[in-house]
Amino acid sequence: MKRDYTIAIHHLTRVEGHANITITAREGQLIEARWTVVETPRFFEVMLKGMSAERVPFLTSRICGICSISHALASIRALERAMDIRPPAVAEKTRLLAMHGETLQSHALHLFFLAAPDFAGTASILPLMESHPDIVRAGLQLKELGNEISRVTTGRCTHPVSLVVGGLSKAPDKAALAALQKMIRERKPLLETACAFFRSLAIPDFSRETEFISLSNSTSYPSIGGCLISSDGIKRDENEYLLMTNEYTKEFSTSKFTRLSRETSAAGALARFNNSSAFLHPEALKAAESLGLRPVCHNPFMNNIAQLVECVHILEDAELLIDSLLDMELSAVKTPWKAQAGSATGAVEAPRGILYHHLETDAEGRVVRADCIIPTTQNNANINLDLKAVAEWALEKGKNDREIEKLCEMVVRSYDPCISCSVH
Amino acid sequence: MNQQGLRFEKLKIASFDFTCCEGCQLQLANRESTLADFLRLLNIRNFREISSGRHEDYDIALVEGSISRSDEVERLLAIRRQAKVLVAFGTCACFGGVNSLKNRVSGEAAVSEVYGEMNVETMPVRRISEVVKVDLSIPGCPVAKEEVERIIISLVTGSLVTLPKYPVCVECKAALNTCLFELGEICLGPITRAGCHAVCTTGKTPCLGCRGPAEEINMEAFLHLVGERELSRSDLQEKLAFYNAFDAFTP
Repeated sequence: MKRDYTIAIHHLTRVEGHANITITAREGQLIEARWTVVETPRFFEVMLKGMSAERVPFLTSRICGICSISHALASIRALERAMDIRPPAVAEKTRLLAMHGETLQSHALHLFFLAAPDFAGTASILPLMESHPDIVRAGLQLKELGNEISRVTTGRCTHPVSLVVGGLSKAPDKAALAALQKMIRERKPLLETACAFFRSLAIPDFSRETEFISLSNSTSYPSIGGCLISSDGIKRDENEYLLMTNEYTKEFSTSKFTRLSRETSAAGALARFNNSSAFLHPEALKAAESLGLRPVCHNPFMNNIAQLVECVHILEDAELLIDSLLDMELSAVKTPWKAQAGSATGAVEAPRGILYHHLETDAEGRVVRADCIIPTTQNNANINLDLKAVAEWALEKGKNDREIEKLCEMVVRSYDPCISCSVH
Repeated sequence: MNQQGLRFEKLKIASFDFTCCEGCQLQLANRESTLADFLRLLNIRNFREISSGRHEDYDIALVEGSISRSDEVERLLAIRRQAKVLVAFGTCACFGGVNSLKNRVSGEAAVSEVYGEMNVETMPVRRISEVVKVDLSIPGCPVAKEEVERIIISLVTGSLVTLPKYPVCVECKAALNTCLFELGEICLGPITRAGCHAVCTTGKTPCLGCRGPAEEINMEAFLHLVGERELSRSDLQEKLAFYNAFDAFTP
């Protein structure tokens, strides 16, 4: 049997952005396993300097084509906290609903377009349209539903229109909310189809202990704001994001790295599930149980399953949010505000994990200094260690180079990395 | 592909991205209700974001993003050599997009601000047409999938590909919106190319001109409108510079 492998994957497919994987083994022993982010940097922190607070969310949303709502809301939260602005309750609820729409869209895109082909042994979702039409239809209709939630709440599904500092530029339409509620109820059964499909897949039985970091509040599953917690018992205020991230650079990667108590840590759906599963809707907990996901789970491949469990939670919670919005007067959606000098952090749970924007403003509300720390940056070091551990595990099990390559690609995809986002 | 007894060839298409957020490519997977029909028109040869199948025999290349590193120039030149039709796909590709805001400072200053001492390569941001010949432009941040569908159908059937020539104001008025100038805002709707269904102004936020100048715009009259209402000059500059789409007109 062949025991010397050199695996070089240039620009890994079915992920957002550009990164390479290299694996070298000699005589059945792993020599090197590396995940290298080669994405072109855009320098958003430079672009933000001098930008007026009004315009900031329209710029930061362009950091990412998948999680633009999270970026807009992280910077809006940072600016509102920096300038002491309290958005009205209607705006807060609408923003939570918008986050749900984005996460559903993002998770469905990842689970069905990016991850599922690995389990089915195809290059893309296209052959699955023939072989698994029900599954593809369920995935597409869930993704469409996520996009529709985002459109009704923010005016457009990618790069939101109505999320502004102080609240919303325009209230969501009640008739559109009612239609959305109907669409959610009609499409909820699709999740059962999705769960049955994912239950049938063989998730690699691999685990490596790590530290999970997420946002936390004492009343609900995390979304916008809160304190910063880790599964190693650390708890910090939102503004102490630097102590939570300890960002550093390495010459081989245009995405930076972070660390906390250990060499590496993880953010994302699995981190949120591990740290806050108690706040999931009972239906989501039932789904988790049926899919074999229990906290604390250290199998990175199970991030896929945690995303699916979150989709169940999202639809249940979205129904409740729409019910309460339909009961509210939707006229006052924006608090008038005056620019002032200040600085604060806005943290949100983007689909792929905790996202920090720290903004400092001058008296005119213009950005003086900006810092954005992206979920995939926080996973960068963990991906490298998991890649190494998966390669070693596969070598021990006597897998051939094709199988090792596939497992290595799969473990990276399980993180649903958003590479262009991480190299903002 | 057979339609009403007529045969059409599927388009051998590829999608590539450079300095950008990949949001425009993502639109290709949106409008899920028409996705199956849309995909039936295409023979996808290369699309890294959604498929592991990679082939170099494409005719049409959708190119998303702007250019800001030497390896991107090399990659783009290779795409130009292969593609019969190279499409600048989205605002970053057409105009440089928000990335161009980086050009206000030197490359060294940008690198040291973000990476400190680390050595990182970057060049001034360029739109695609500054590097290679562009055959077709589809603007928008992000592109509107409906418009992309319409253009793809034109390419399949060999009919003329067009973009609206008139400004966003026409679509905004048709949507019965209150003019944002009446609410004291500077809006680039009067000078920006339509085709977005005035999605931003319908959401009561001013147009920032992501689709670039409409044909035959009257910049003088627009500046007069802003001056007459005594609206902020710095606000105007910030909006005109936002997507780098009005560099030829900036006063």
